[in-house]
Amino acid sequence: MRGRRLAVVAAAALVLLLLWLVAYPLVLVLLEGLRDRAGWTFAYVREFLARRSEWQALWASLWLSVASVALAALIGVPLAFLFTRYDFPGRRLLAGFVAMPAVLPPLVGVLAFLFLFGETGFVAHLVMRVFGLERAPWQLAGAGAVLLVHAYSMYVYFYLFVRASLLSLDASVLEAAATLGAGRWRTLRRVTLPLLAPALSGAALLTFMTSLASFTAPYIFGGGFRVMTTQIVATRLNGDVQLAMVETTALTLLALAALWLFGRGEGEALRGGSKGAAPAPVRVRRRWARWVVAALGWVLAVVLLLPHLTLLLVSFVPLGTWTTQAFPPAYTLENYVTLVADPVRVRPLVNSLWMASLATVAAVALAVWAGTLAVRRRMPGRRLIEALVALPWAVPGTVFAIALAAAFSVHRPWVGRVVLVGTLWILPLAYVVRNLPLTGRAILAGFRQLDPTLDEAAATLGAGRWRTLRRVTLPLLRPALVAGATLAFVTAFGDFVTSIMLYTYDTRPISLEILGSLRQSDVGVAAAYGVVLMLVSAVVFALGAERGSGG
Amino acid sequence: MYETADTEHPGLSMTRPMPSPAPAPFLLLDHLTKRFDGVTAVDDVTLALERGRILALLGPSGSGKTTTLRMLAGFEAPDAGRVVVGGEDVTRLDPVRRRMGMVFQHYALFPHLDVGANVAFGLESLGVRGAELARRVTEALALVDLAGYERRKVTQLSGGQQQRVALARALAPEPKVLLLDEPLSNLDPALRERTRRELRAVIRRVGITTVLVTHEQEEAFDLGDRVAVLRDGRLEQAGPPEELYAEPRTAFVARFVGRSSTLPVRVVGPSERGVRVRLEGVEWDVEPPADGARFEPGAAAALLARPEGLRLTPPAAGALAGVVAERRFLGASSLYIVTTDGGTAVEVSGPPRMVSVGEPVGIMPSRRAGGGLHLFPAGAE
Repeated sequence: MRGRRLAVVAAAALVLLLLWLVAYPLVLVLLEGLRDRAGWTFAYVREFLARRSEWQALWASLWLSVASVALAALIGVPLAFLFTRYDFPGRRLLAGFVAMPAVLPPLVGVLAFLFLFGETGFVAHLVMRVFGLERAPWQLAGAGAVLLVHAYSMYVYFYLFVRASLLSLDASVLEAAATLGAGRWRTLRRVTLPLLAPALSGAALLTFMTSLASFTAPYIFGGGFRVMTTQIVATRLNGDVQLAMVETTALTLLALAALWLFGRGEGEALRGGSKGAAPAPVRVRRRWARWVVAALGWVLAVVLLLPHLTLLLVSFVPLGTWTTQAFPPAYTLENYVTLVADPVRVRPLVNSLWMASLATVAAVALAVWAGTLAVRRRMPGRRLIEALVALPWAVPGTVFAIALAAAFSVHRPWVGRVVLVGTLWILPLAYVVRNLPLTGRAILAGFRQLDPTLDEAAATLGAGRWRTLRRVTLPLLRPALVAGATLAFVTAFGDFVTSIMLYTYDTRPISLEILGSLRQSDVGVAAAYGVVLMLVSAVVFALGAERGSGG
Repeated sequence: MYETADTEHPGLSMTRPMPSPAPAPFLLLDHLTKRFDGVTAVDDVTLALERGRILALLGPSGSGKTTTLRMLAGFEAPDAGRVVVGGEDVTRLDPVRRRMGMVFQHYALFPHLDVGANVAFGLESLGVRGAELARRVTEALALVDLAGYERRKVTQLSGGQQQRVALARALAPEPKVLLLDEPLSNLDPALRERTRRELRAVIRRVGITTVLVTHEQEEAFDLGDRVAVLRDGRLEQAGPPEELYAEPRTAFVARFVGRSSTLPVRVVGPSERGVRVRLEGVEWDVEPPADGARFEPGAAAALLARPEGLRLTPPAAGALAGVVAERRFLGASSLYIVTTDGGTAVEVSGPPRMVSVGEPVGIMPSRRAGGGLHLFPAGAE
């Protein structure tokens, strides 16, 4: 039909653009590890394989990710059951608090943990005071510290996935099990858990991949404990560029292998024939039990909110006033004033804002383009488009940072390489590539839910392509667009992993300024930045939730 | 607004005119063919419809009726053939420009727009604005008995109301042809008959040329001035409902339209009334086939019998012998399902309490002249 040729051209252009942005840099990383000035060589691969530290880092990445999954599940799954199945005073409020770590960008979370559990943090001070110690009895460093941060920030995946699954469970299925004589444990084991399997495996995959890609916590707390992501950055700082490329390829292969293994283990999602109401939460009957559960819930909420509160508290502490006291002696707005008044301090805020906004607009535009062609018009090559949109999710951010740095640091336009590193454009570009999977997933899902006959209805009513897009498609896509844009903005706004590899002084984002302030022991300003980051993320999420619901 | 529609379809608004001897068809499907990946979905279908008439495309799923409708709307481009509306060849015309109003199977109402905005959508495409727009929306809603529903959300309406909004939306821009895709399939059976009556009344009042797709014979007969039976993409027969029932040209049409039983018979030879056939030891005279097909003596054939084309008798010579297996009480009559001694199940219409289940009976052709029995070559489906 008319416009078909145009659509084919558009699809081809999209495929080329995505290949150039997503696949090409990764291929270049692979190739750069296999050659140097002299030509093709396996020297760097051999060096990689021969070094003990590389194997240690690979192993560390792997076991850390497995342990993170186990710990996150251990916390998240019981919480999901507690807040979905049992009713007690304060349940609704607490259920919201439990998802709080989600609004904490990784660097801010790490920062808060540092202030809270670090050697000079509140808890250490408290313990020293109570036991009359001269020094803090522990150091927040090494694998244990990283694991603590991971567990805190990643149990949310299990909590949210399992809770959603429990809420969508058909109560009549459980009632059927009861009428068939199954007791509580048998029902749990034979009915509930199998129905939860997709949620559990989805959360496990997300936790594993996030943990494998985790850079911030190992970078700040790792010390001598190296995982692959920090290893790559260290090697590159040493100037061993080719070896860093081989390491990057190794990490990519590990991530893809994990994804493949999970994919094999995951069966068809079970779908019940009926779509009934979710089981109502059981009221905790005995009075003492209700109080115990409620008290536990509140303690939990406080524990979960402590990092946020710590950050807020520290952000009011002026430079140099807090030394050995358990609690800071003075609180002022000085840090926030600095943030707004000092042009050097304002710059990162402005940078992060415009770069995140640009990356959001671009990611949403790319996702709508992909959705129109791949889902709506079912163009040839739609599988390739969808795969390319999803690919960056499987690849750790560090890998993409290295890959983009490698691809766009030389000027060879005839092979699609131009110098972007050191310019204003490399960070927004990196954010777009990193955001593409999340934004794309939200928006492609929105496209899938659109009823194609609505398009046909609009056509029989004389509406052309643009009017249909403006009056029918985009309004109906609004929740998906808002969700995609929210995720894109919040991720880009708080990004640390790719920024640290690609920033320049002029484009330094908030996260790098936090790191800088921290290194100068300017903890108050670092915390103030952290609070800004946290608040903007929370506000964007809240706005997104409101706008997305169509209200 | 439908005054204008009436002038577009002169004399067809309130009453059905007698067909003139050779009226030029308003809508012509000319040798339409459509293939999907080598499978022929619609195979050389030709149909003509006069202005203001209703054509029902009837067939089982996969018969190509929906594809035919989609080619009319312009969603599928035919591989061969033409679509002509009012003398204009619209085969290559974009759906946006075709001026075909369509009611979709699941209505496809815009969920984010209210009832009024849904109905206004097509009028806005035509550039209708302001007071004129409001007036025409009001009129369209009044037509389907939903006056005052402008600001309702479409998601809050019942299925029947949604269907009427879809109809109002399709009719509001005064399309040249109205297309209905299984318009009643989404409704409660209890609601279906009433909605069908209302639908017919609205179409008649507007006088619009209409094509509807259905797999329900009753729906097709009730709504269609002409019914086209499709099967595997081919047109089996098209004509007024009465003609299809009384003179089915193929065994498929005979079976698909109305109730019938199939009796395997052997041709004995021509007789004064038509053809003499033998079945399970008895011989009957049946009328000659409508299409004039000739049957060689000794050839196997299939006799399709309407329940009213047969009658029950006491067991007797010349009557097909059997036992009543089931009796369905229908009020004025009963439908008897008789298992013949040869093992064939035959449906026979009769007085309500003529015989009981388990009683031996005989079956004879009904005394009424004029059919109910149709002879087709054996194996012809």
